Amino acid sequence: MSATFVGMPAFPAAARAATGDAQLRHNLRKATHTIRDRRRAVVEELDDWPRLRAAGRAVKDRVLRHLDHYLERLEEAVTAAGGRVHWAADAAEANAIVTGLVRATGEREVVKVKSMATQEIELNEALAAAGITAYETDLAELIVQLGDDRPSHILVPAIHRNRAEIREIFRRTMSEWGVPAPDDLTDDPAALAEAARRHLREKFLSAKVAVSGANFAVAETGSLVVLESEGNGRMCLTLPRTLISVVGIEKIVPTWADLEVFLQLLPRSSTGERMNPYTSVWSGVIPGDGPQEFHLVLLDNGRSATLADTVGRQALRCIRCSACLNICPVYERAGGHAYGSVYPGPIGAILTPQLRGTTTELDASLPYASSLCGACYEVCPVAIDIPEVLVHLRERVASGGGHTAERAAMAAAGWVLNDDRRLGLAQRAAGRMRGLVPRRLPGPGAAWTDTRDVPAIPAESFRDWWATRERGGGPDARGPADGRGRTEGGR
Amino acid sequence: MSGSRERILARVRAALADVPRDERPGDVDVPRDYAREHGQGELIPVLTDRLLDYRALVHRVTAAELPGAIAAALARRGAARVVVPPGLPDAWLGEAGPVAVPDRPLDVAELDAVDGVLTGCAVAIAETGTIVLDAGPDQGRRAITLVPDYHLCVVPAERVVASVPQALPRLDPRRPLTWISGPSATSDIELNRVEGVHGPRTLEVVIVAG
Ligand code: SF4
Repeated sequence: MSATFVGMPAFPAAARAATGDAQLRHNLRKATHTIRDRRRAVVEELDDWPRLRAAGRAVKDRVLRHLDHYLERLEEAVTAAGGRVHWAADAAEANAIVTGLVRATGEREVVKVKSMATQEIELNEALAAAGITAYETDLAELIVQLGDDRPSHILVPAIHRNRAEIREIFRRTMSEWGVPAPDDLTDDPAALAEAARRHLREKFLSAKVAVSGANFAVAETGSLVVLESEGNGRMCLTLPRTLISVVGIEKIVPTWADLEVFLQLLPRSSTGERMNPYTSVWSGVIPGDGPQEFHLVLLDNGRSATLADTVGRQALRCIRCSACLNICPVYERAGGHAYGSVYPGPIGAILTPQLRGTTTELDASLPYASSLCGACYEVCPVAIDIPEVLVHLRERVASGGGHTAERAAMAAAGWVLNDDRRLGLAQRAAGRMRGLVPRRLPGPGAAWTDTRDVPAIPAESFRDWWATRERGGGPDARGPADGRGRTEGGR
Repeated sequence: MSGSRERILARVRAALADVPRDERPGDVDVPRDYAREHGQGELIPVLTDRLLDYRALVHRVTAAELPGAIAAALARRGAARVVVPPGLPDAWLGEAGPVAVPDRPLDVAELDAVDGVLTGCAVAIAETGTIVLDAGPDQGRRAITLVPDYHLCVVPAERVVASVPQALPRLDPRRPLTWISGPSATSDIELNRVEGVHGPRTLEVVIVAG
């Protein structure tokens, strides 16, 4: 079973450990830079990207401002289509509902499609406690599960593993879970994918119960939408008799037509493809085709509390594309595990403290796990102003008081600002953030700012700054005028 | 669990205290000035280019050439037994050759034992290289295009649209939909796209124009 985040040290300690891990740093850097380039290419292909982004933001805002209305519509439509809707106020309730539904089928095994919501509630652990084995079927989730590891990225949970490590994990552990890896397994990605195919095939073909999440739920029609690449999603959504989907209450879009925005924004922002290989759409139960029993579990688990904060609310627009992780200089150095939750990177830094509160040292430190450079906002397809929310949450942590929280926060801020390179980043990047950067850190951070007074921040545009940085300090040959404005800051 | 239903809805309503009481969902403005299509070129060449980019196999034929093209593709693949949906046009497999296995329905083991599947499609999207199946008579239920390792898909030119916004109105979300953009793939190993995991590892597309 994959390890949990319980007992994680606060961000700075975990980040410091990760920074010292050269292999991890190398894997992360290579992967995030690969995907940045792909994303940029397919985003530049659409000359209306800023308008799509504005529409994506507005559709989500419409949903959030009228979430009660849309939840009732969704429930009605799913029920009319033959599905059953369950409501889970928190993780424990969601786990109890799913466990009960699986038990009712008489099965002891379920296949799972990668889902952030079920990771968030630690469903696998809850099922295991009830004697039910959950098999992760997404390749990266499989790597994490077999490696008894934790996810470190939203889209590619095993992004911290390179091919040689994956080969070792497969060779060592596949036999404990089912079909073993072939003796002559190489670290060629195609061979690794083939080993995963063989390992999981019998599970798919015999599975009776599947558990999934969903990328979108259409209130108007009761349709659920799952985007994926490998076909493991299709296997889970099509072959078993019973399907249980655990979906956060913020995943709603109002109408079928609204998907025209998100099916353009999401694949290009996440995997950097014009379209992901497979997208499945289903509404309730379809006689003679696919699962004949469908359950939708609507999950709150801190989302309604997040909704109550008018600044922080925008975090619920997130469509989990992971573009903000891939562009973030702090994520690249710290690694996903340092964020201590299934939501790492910039979105994790604003979502986790809102979903869980800021009472633990770790969660209180998260809003400080950023240099406020603004790259995350520039690439976000639904225009979540992550720096704005970070600053807002810092205020909350600071005013919430308590020495523990303050110490953790200052340590995180210190880590982010702690070497010349990161210092340079924070200072130069802060052009648009100037009003938000404290002149002097309170508490223990004060010593740092006392000796290094923050120099004047040039009013250089973010885009110029980023282009210069990405070119290793050279001049920006393109000039600021020919780009596509803020959505393409991420280069 | 109805207690939780009411509790969640009440929490949500309380959280939205800042939203004016008389505001309707439609009052939240959504700018729709994004493009209906992107003018990336003639539909069939763009679709072909995108499919090739995903490493699908692509052919373009006339209606008269279609049965021959299907027979040739199956012969090249060495596919002797192919599953077919109930409403596949008779002419498509008219020429002697592979055995058409009708979906009676077949169970999973039977589907796993055939050499491939032959279907039509509901819509194809040129800009993204996407083929959408809606379980129509020439496509069948979802499992038949999933379990076999080889999918041969016929795309009539009149079902090709330019863009995602043009595709959605042509699709009925009450039907089960599968959007396919190339063969099964993964980007999970160092973020490189590798074709061929759980879905059909070979996607061959025959576009019928003229
Ligand atoms: S915050 Fe924006 S960029 Fe980050 S994962 Fe969510 S949608 Fe993507």
